[in-house]
Amino acid sequence: MRIRFWGTRGSIGVSLTSADIRDKLAQALVQASGKTFASYEEAHDYATAELDFATTHTFGGHTPCVELEPGGDEYFVCDMGSGARPFGVHVLAKQAKKPATVNIFQSHVHWDHIMGFPFFGPSYVPGTKIRIHGCHDVLEHAYRLQQAAPCFPVEFDQLMASVEFVKLEPGKPHEVAGVTVTPHLQLHSGDSYGYRFEKDGKAVVYTTDSEHKLEDRHEAESFANFFRNADIVIFDAMYALAEAISVKADWGHSSNIVGVELCQMARAKHLVLFHHEPANDDETLEGLLREAQRFEELTRGDHALKVSAAYDGMEIDL
Amino acid sequence: MNVVARRYANAVVLRVTGRLDQETCEVFRDDLTGQVDLCAREGTALILDFSGLEYVSSAGLRCLLIASRQMKAAKGRILVADMQSMVAEIFAISHFDLLFEVVPTVREALAAISAEAAAAFQRG
Repeated sequence: MRIRFWGTRGSIGVSLTSADIRDKLAQALVQASGKTFASYEEAHDYATAELDFATTHTFGGHTPCVELEPGGDEYFVCDMGSGARPFGVHVLAKQAKKPATVNIFQSHVHWDHIMGFPFFGPSYVPGTKIRIHGCHDVLEHAYRLQQAAPCFPVEFDQLMASVEFVKLEPGKPHEVAGVTVTPHLQLHSGDSYGYRFEKDGKAVVYTTDSEHKLEDRHEAESFANFFRNADIVIFDAMYALAEAISVKADWGHSSNIVGVELCQMARAKHLVLFHHEPANDDETLEGLLREAQRFEELTRGDHALKVSAAYDGMEIDL
Repeated sequence: MNVVARRYANAVVLRVTGRLDQETCEVFRDDLTGQVDLCAREGTALILDFSGLEYVSSAGLRCLLIASRQMKAAKGRILVADMQSMVAEIFAISHFDLLFEVVPTVREALAAISAEAAAAFQRG
């Protein structure tokens, strides 16, 4: 199974400014001071091996959209944030004019999780089948609403793809094109749902827009069971812990530290920090990643947990 | 986990030993909020002596945050002193060092409260 991150930012899209790019270039030049490179490849290798991630990359700015490639002809994607636009470009290129079948799994219908759908190219291709899976009664209403006048020029009914809304039941495993999908209720304004995807002995959990009340042992155990032995847990780590439980308590999001603790309880293998705070720059996000990695080291028992931070364009092969 | 309170003039030092995690945080929270109530009523500061604290989890940190809010509402003062290196690192990693007044030793914490508290500590 392959996981491809098309959008990793929470709440609202962000992009690097020209000043940000100039700063990164200046930092790279200072760090490379005195070195000479005979070719582009040599410079590229140096940048990859020697420079910080925050200097050579950006975590990216599209709102949530994560593709799962479980094998087979059908597409699987979690959420339709603004990352759905480049995801759609990818689908169209891969399909080479052949209509696609796309299974969308919707965590909830807040705008940052559906805003990319009107720009999702395959929905304008006749013969495309789109199934939008979710647990909310308002799923179809929300999708139609954002394409209703005066907000968008193309009405939902004008889409060329056939779009079906599929209601899933939380806590119950569902078979979708050979993949077992289990939704899990999460704490967020208007509710949100995480999804556990299982195929061929591999398990991926997508759990975003989910706040955890730390003193509630039953809640922690319920999530540990949901994450149990997962190969990957894509986790809402919008804030540092102090922020998440003080000024931003009840905002419906979690922290890097709680992600580590729940994954340790669940004996998950790889935690991927996700739904990055739009106010955080690349250095801050890299700092939050390092802090989570250090916390994992400090608190590690007999089970090591890998910790990464998602960025737009990141791919993970299981 | 064990909690022992001792008063020095206008300050109470709460010595916490053991691990503060999901298993122990409920009992600790009750102890702590009780102490904060008492301090608020008597107008004394509270110093958390963490020299014997081996570990603190996010659930434990939340207990501390609740106590801090309670103390702030009463316009009181709460300080954290003498953390072991691992606990100090967890404080920094979780950004709790930005929420609490952290001082290296109990002696310095008492001196920050009042000369009387520091003198009472000196006398033993």
